[in-house]
Amino acid sequence: MWRSKSKVAICILLATLVVSGLAAVLVQGQSFERSETLYTGGKQWGPVSNWNPLMTGNYATGTLGLCYETLFLYDPLTDEFMPWLAESGKWVSSTQYEIKMRPGLTWSDGEALTAADVVFTFTLGKTAALNFSSLWDWLDSVTQVGDYVDFVFKEPLYQEWANYLYTVPILPEHIWASRTPIEVATGANDKPIGSGAYLYYGYDQTKMVWVRNDNWWAIKALGYSVAPKYIVDLVNTSNENSLGLVLQGSEDLNNNYLPGISNLIQGGYGLVTYYPGPPYHLPANTAWLDINLQKKPLDDLAFRKALACAIDVNDIVTRDYGNMVEAANATGLLPVWDKYVDQAVVDKLGLSYNPEQAKKFLADAGYKDTNGDGFVEAPDGAKIALKIIVPNGWSDWMAAIQIISNGAQAVGIDLEPSYPDFNGYLDARLNGTFDLAIDNQSQISNSPWSYYHFVFYDKLADIPSTQGGNYGRYNNQQAFDLVTQLDKVPVDDLAGMKAICSKLQTIQLTDLPIIPLWYNGAWAQMSSRYWTNWPSSAEGGDHYFPVTWNGYWNMTSILMLVNLEPAQ
Amino acid sequence: MKRYFSRKLAIYLVTFFLAVTVDWLIPRFMPGNPVQGIIARAGLKAESAKLIYSQYMRAFGFDVPLWKQYINFWSALFHGDFGTSLWLFPQPVLKIILRAVPYDIFLLLPAILLSWFAGNKFGAFAARSKRLDNTILPLGYILTAMPYMWLGILLAWAFGIVFRIFPFSGAYSYSLMPHLSWAFILSLLKHWFLPFASLFMVMFGGWAIGMRNMIIYELESDYAHYLEALGAPRRLIRRYAFRNAILPQITGLALQLGVIVAGALVTEIVFAYPGVGYLILQAIQNHDFFLLQGCFLFIIIGVLIANFAIDVVYVLVDPRTRAGMEGRQ
Repeated sequence: MWRSKSKVAICILLATLVVSGLAAVLVQGQSFERSETLYTGGKQWGPVSNWNPLMTGNYATGTLGLCYETLFLYDPLTDEFMPWLAESGKWVSSTQYEIKMRPGLTWSDGEALTAADVVFTFTLGKTAALNFSSLWDWLDSVTQVGDYVDFVFKEPLYQEWANYLYTVPILPEHIWASRTPIEVATGANDKPIGSGAYLYYGYDQTKMVWVRNDNWWAIKALGYSVAPKYIVDLVNTSNENSLGLVLQGSEDLNNNYLPGISNLIQGGYGLVTYYPGPPYHLPANTAWLDINLQKKPLDDLAFRKALACAIDVNDIVTRDYGNMVEAANATGLLPVWDKYVDQAVVDKLGLSYNPEQAKKFLADAGYKDTNGDGFVEAPDGAKIALKIIVPNGWSDWMAAIQIISNGAQAVGIDLEPSYPDFNGYLDARLNGTFDLAIDNQSQISNSPWSYYHFVFYDKLADIPSTQGGNYGRYNNQQAFDLVTQLDKVPVDDLAGMKAICSKLQTIQLTDLPIIPLWYNGAWAQMSSRYWTNWPSSAEGGDHYFPVTWNGYWNMTSILMLVNLEPAQ
Repeated sequence: MKRYFSRKLAIYLVTFFLAVTVDWLIPRFMPGNPVQGIIARAGLKAESAKLIYSQYMRAFGFDVPLWKQYINFWSALFHGDFGTSLWLFPQPVLKIILRAVPYDIFLLLPAILLSWFAGNKFGAFAARSKRLDNTILPLGYILTAMPYMWLGILLAWAFGIVFRIFPFSGAYSYSLMPHLSWAFILSLLKHWFLPFASLFMVMFGGWAIGMRNMIIYELESDYAHYLEALGAPRRLIRRYAFRNAILPQITGLALQLGVIVAGALVTEIVFAYPGVGYLILQAIQNHDFFLLQGCFLFIIIGVLIANFAIDVVYVLVDPRTRAGMEGRQ
């Protein structure tokens, strides 16, 4: 009897649990009409956890850009600022910047968006620990004068200020004013109320869904309307999975690094990239070699020069990346900053791949293979054994450091690749325990200042907590002063900027604190099965960034949505 | 009986304390500072980062000495506070786990129960049947020896990519939001099938072999021979053998149910199924101390409850235990 009773019991138990399991995951929702939905992927490396645009690390895709907006957009390709929530902005004196707000702006709950909200937002940086809090070290006051906002500076840092204009999300005072500083800085901000083209719709473990805001201010003010009714941003599972989704046309825009895209573009899958040929993608940041100058023999300039001449970047570009990236300029400045490159300095001081020259640098400085193991020893006879690190799993970088190691070994430098996990890699860089590492932390921005501020970050003792750059601990007060000086040059003083950049380039190329390698792409694979008119380099095409990563919506990606068209 | 249970309970409490302590310690042996990981991903301005760094250190309680963190951990635990996830900041760990648990139950409970039921049935049936012993049994051995992950990949490849019958990633179609409709339920079941099948097959093999061996052992015992000598029908002898053979299988079942919230770690990773196993992997990769702690805490509690349940069930189903406990001969 025990058996038949247990059978019934088990069946009942099973049935109830399956049903309750089903019921537990069932809340409200629906499916999305394919022709009205834009599927994106590549930003979200885990389920959505917050919609707080002030938490720049892990807010849901589009929180800043689709939902919250900035005063200006910045177009890195033309180096122009486009008035967005602000109608205009200008320096009325050397220490006062004035913004005129666009009339008729509203939050998605119907309240008016005014100059008061701008004042409120910037003032939050005083009380809460935010990414723009340091602004208050040199900002004196923010005041509303009717439709205008006046920023008065103690000491204007023009380059940085321009960056804040398109990165600080303007927040609704009527919702955020009652929050504590901790809530402001680290709250999840469920069901966000913004001013942007999209409204919060919902989310689950695998996606974030935005729905079009049909009352968006830009429809009337600028004649813009965004094409997709829904934007469904999928959480990444793996690169293989992403590739499958893009090839099937299930994902319309993917911003992962997908190797082999150069072949697939010709494969009849309806895939497009920004450039039809190499390098296929717009550059987003520079990958360079961090050199730990606190360690021997890396503190020796001759050794660093030999290293620079031993690295065959073109081999990395062609074999590792299949021409999806370009070799970096010797200065490491991104192509959008080409105008700041002093070609005379580069021609005079720049080093390029030349194994014979590398051997000569080593021999001239007294590096010799004294024990016959095929690798050089230091002039004092000490053995040299170096490691180069990248995070485990970053397959393109892992292949790159193999090529770098081979190149170094070919000229007699004992260099081995090593792949700690991301946190181990981070720890080694922040605490200065590495020998060599690939780094690309400094991203595209409105000013080469951000790049130089990173390369020549001067608060060496603070590196572990600020992650401000200069992981090799290069110490040169003259360079640090030049960076500070560059920050104080007005953004329209191109000659002034160039003069300082030239001096910095001379220092950089003379001392080689880092070795620039290649430009990482703003990876973007687009499928034209359901949506067309993607950004492209073609003449008459839309020269925008087709990128969903944090910070890119306000660097023209939002305009991509305005110009997209359904395929039928 | 009271003494028996109170002693058991004391042992469980000590085990719980030790297991939770180990659970707290292990993530902290990982190299690297998780807050630095958060800062790295945030792409902050250096001048503001210092402020934000100390804010996070405070928020996670990393700014006090280790022994104090340990005490704070216990006191929070008794308030039902599992902490805040580092990876999915600022979501509470408990919320993240509770969101994942239904998927585990939905996947594992049918797999465990059905495979247990079918495996025992089949094992008992196959024992001492030459033909089945020679044909299906080796298959059982192969199945049970197969890593879940590998079988999972094979199934995903065959049914997902070659025949395109079943999807092999996620818990339901990404074009749906969870809601009550046939389309959604169908999608849920379709995505459920392959991970379920891979678990079921491996478990089935294990149960069937265990049962078959047990039955053969029981059929060799004195009482079986005696019954046989008395001329009892074969069916009757087998039924008695089955009742004895099922006991160790019950223990096995309870232990399986104990790890139900995380028993399908590799399967969930292969099929990107959003259960607790998947969370554990992510927590390790992202140095999420608190999420990892929370997941393991669920497992510890599950295993302890299951063990306790075994103790109780044994008293109920096995007269010998009952007799032994009451001191009768």
